[in-house]
Amino acid sequence: MMSVIIFTLIIFIGAYFAGLLGSLTGLGGGFVIIPLLTLLLKVDIHYAIGASLVSVIATSSGSAAAYVREGITNIRLGMFLEIATTAGAMAGALLAVYIPTNFIAILFGVILITSAVMSLRKKAELIHQEKNLLAEKLKLNGSFPTANGPVAYSVKNVGGGFFMMLFAGVISGLLGIGSGALKVLAMDTIMRIPFKVSTTTSNFMIGVTAAASAVVYLQRGYIDPGLSMPVAIGVLLGALSGSKILVHTTSSGWLRWVFAIVVTFLASQMIYNGFAGKI
Amino acid sequence: MSRFKDTDMQAVIGWILRLGVLLSMSIIFIGGIIYLYRHGHIPANYHTFKGVPDFVHSTHGILNGIITLRGRAIIQAGIILLIATPVIRVVFSAIGFILEKDYMYTGITILVLLIITASMLSGHAG
Repeated sequence: MMSVIIFTLIIFIGAYFAGLLGSLTGLGGGFVIIPLLTLLLKVDIHYAIGASLVSVIATSSGSAAAYVREGITNIRLGMFLEIATTAGAMAGALLAVYIPTNFIAILFGVILITSAVMSLRKKAELIHQEKNLLAEKLKLNGSFPTANGPVAYSVKNVGGGFFMMLFAGVISGLLGIGSGALKVLAMDTIMRIPFKVSTTTSNFMIGVTAAASAVVYLQRGYIDPGLSMPVAIGVLLGALSGSKILVHTTSSGWLRWVFAIVVTFLASQMIYNGFAGKI
Repeated sequence: MSRFKDTDMQAVIGWILRLGVLLSMSIIFIGGIIYLYRHGHIPANYHTFKGVPDFVHSTHGILNGIITLRGRAIIQAGIILLIATPVIRVVFSAIGFILEKDYMYTGITILVLLIITASMLSGHAG
């Protein structure tokens, strides 16, 4: 058996790369860290979920701080949808106790593949400006700064988006990931919000969503300090490096493909081990 | 004082998030150094789930552990502060909406806080 110091060092290095890849692709660090911990290091999936949640809060809060100041994040939209994500996250965390671990592993694999496929989609920047009564009542419409001055946008299908966020919250609470891809899907595809706004607002919501389930996991003893420490520090530092690299590179197209192959491999391993009952 | 605006709220929220992450990660790091120094040589075992040690599972235990410089208690305190950071952000959003006299969003924000509180209580019961 490995000593604590070697184990911590391996996790730290792994978490750093998980954070780096998660930030470069926009999928988040949890997607790599949970398979790394459970499949490679044979960590119990409950501990892995707890540690991942902690790292999710660290990275999303850290990057949200920067985005909020730039004025791209739609705070009201985020606040409104947080009703759905926190309620979902609470339900997910409570459900997690009753769901067999091998089912959680299979679900993790399925969500991982779905998210990877969605991140490969071509993103067309669409500005929707049709009026929507509910969106206007809830003051969800906004504008964001661009090189050519502020651009106004409207929000579509508020109910559908809210429902999708409920689902994103359940997944986040159940699997210990940020489920950023699902949040972006809800805002991007269903609510027709400009991509820049949906990604930053999703990021803004992830911390609160994760906190809503983390309070449950904390009391259930899923969040182990010895394990969470290298995971949180590693993922955060990796994500910081990733955001620095992103500023300097114009095309991350090839990176997305590399990541898609990596996640497909990880996802199939999680699903296989789930069905084999080895997790 | 001029009226409180959305841009003021953005500045305050950004500041809280940054400070919370910086502070909690520093505490986690310090606790980690102590933990590795004292327990680095023992075997790591996370293969089977057995919860967490008692001294990092209660407020009393964590406070005691901090005083006696137990690494994992310090890490856990940092983790709790980290989890609290986005929640504190929500509390300040509520204050911001009150200052803006946006009562609908004050209500929405308080609802989110209530859900998080319910989650905390339900975790305690389970």
